Amino acid sequence: MLLIEIKPNMCDFCGCCVGVCPEDAIELEEAHIEIIESRCTNCAKCVWSCPFDVLVFNKPPKKERAAA
Amino acid sequence: MKDKYDVVVVGAGPAGSITAMYAARGGCSVLLMEKDRDIGMPVRCGEAVGKDGLNGVIEIRPEWIAATINRFRLVAPDGAVVEPDIGGTGYVLERRVFDYDLAMAAVEAGADVVTKAYVNGLWKESVNGQERIVGVTYTWKGIPRKVRGAVIVGADGVESRVGKWAGIDTTTDFRDMECCAQMTLAGVHMEENACEFHFGSRWAPQGYLWVFPKRHGMVNVGVGISGMAAKTRKPMYILEEFIKERFPRAGVLTTVAGGVPCVDTLREIVKNNVVLVGDAARQVNPVSGGGIAGAMQAGKIAGEVIAGAVASGDMAELEDYPRRWEKLRGARNRTYYRMKKAVFNLSDETLNSIASSVLKLPREKQTIWGVFRTALVKRPSLILEMARTFGLKERE
Repeated sequence: MLLIEIKPNMCDFCGCCVGVCPEDAIELEEAHIEIIESRCTNCAKCVWSCPFDVLVFNKPPKKERAAA
Repeated sequence: MKDKYDVVVVGAGPAGSITAMYAARGGCSVLLMEKDRDIGMPVRCGEAVGKDGLNGVIEIRPEWIAATINRFRLVAPDGAVVEPDIGGTGYVLERRVFDYDLAMAAVEAGADVVTKAYVNGLWKESVNGQERIVGVTYTWKGIPRKVRGAVIVGADGVESRVGKWAGIDTTTDFRDMECCAQMTLAGVHMEENACEFHFGSRWAPQGYLWVFPKRHGMVNVGVGISGMAAKTRKPMYILEEFIKERFPRAGVLTTVAGGVPCVDTLREIVKNNVVLVGDAARQVNPVSGGGIAGAMQAGKIAGEVIAGAVASGDMAELEDYPRRWEKLRGARNRTYYRMKKAVFNLSDETLNSIASSVLKLPREKQTIWGVFRTALVKRPSLILEMARTFGLKERE
């Protein structure tokens, strides 16, 4: 389950997140950014290194955390 | 544009354009590909560069120079200012013009250039039962396309993926990624020949804040902090606060974000027929975060070596590139990387006391070297840290 969310209108497409992503899970075009869900491990390094706060880490809902 | 080239260069920044230029001059057919609509835009760069970084790569044109730098102003956390003289050895560039001209130089040398071409993978084919990289796949204005290349150059910047597709781990540890925000301001009246740097936890935890002058009352003001620091404070908000305090009346012409991989060069920058240059190869000066000079010097070497390999048909010759880079800057950048790790963690108190000691020195001794020597005297433990980071292990 993808826990990282991109706030669509805030991104500057600078590529910081792509540079720190260990999984090659971010697609970044001229003005389009997308996390490839099948590769993302929710490690949150992209969230930490974003110079704005475009990327947000959403904690999983309680039910699912208990299930995990 | 053809469908087959000797060399396909992904990314038309300084690294890509210089590589393309030297490869084309060496007789190769070259395609230079840029994902954005416009080469050199947006400018995600403080634009400062040392003169000697450009020498020997390309002849400097006056229209590239927004300012010549005579002095640094190093501002300690308590506001004390140390002003070492650097005697006109640095420039602030006008990269809007600069990047365009470098791509034009590649075209003049014979390269083809295409914009809005987003490379999304390597084109692999089975040749004699072995999987080989024969080109790249890309979209042009959203339309899927392919182009063949005997050598693929990844000059695709901090967000490089070409290396990963070829099996090179290019990931930068988030703690080594300097996360940056920059605004170009207009209507600022400050000295035109001094670059200002602010250190300390308020404005730049594990990094620095810069104010670089350009012509006509323009300045680049930016903040770069480590990914670790950016976990809790975002550079964009630090920058906003600084500008509000320091330049409340300035107009903001540009706002950009960016990332600088402040590490030593990747262990592998060539793999089979794939070559990485510039930020993609992590050829940045890890202390200053400057990337232009390294990118261009690497581009020159890579272009020359590629031309040789294409001419002889022996891809093993590409291994000359990492060897020549290591001699020119690679080894030095490794040292700088270790230095960065020691220096970036100095406390505000230590930084203040270094500045106050340097200011007690005679004016002519207030040099960059003077600052560094004082830092070592002020904080002998720094010598130990340096020794440790330089690999001299303490005895058990």
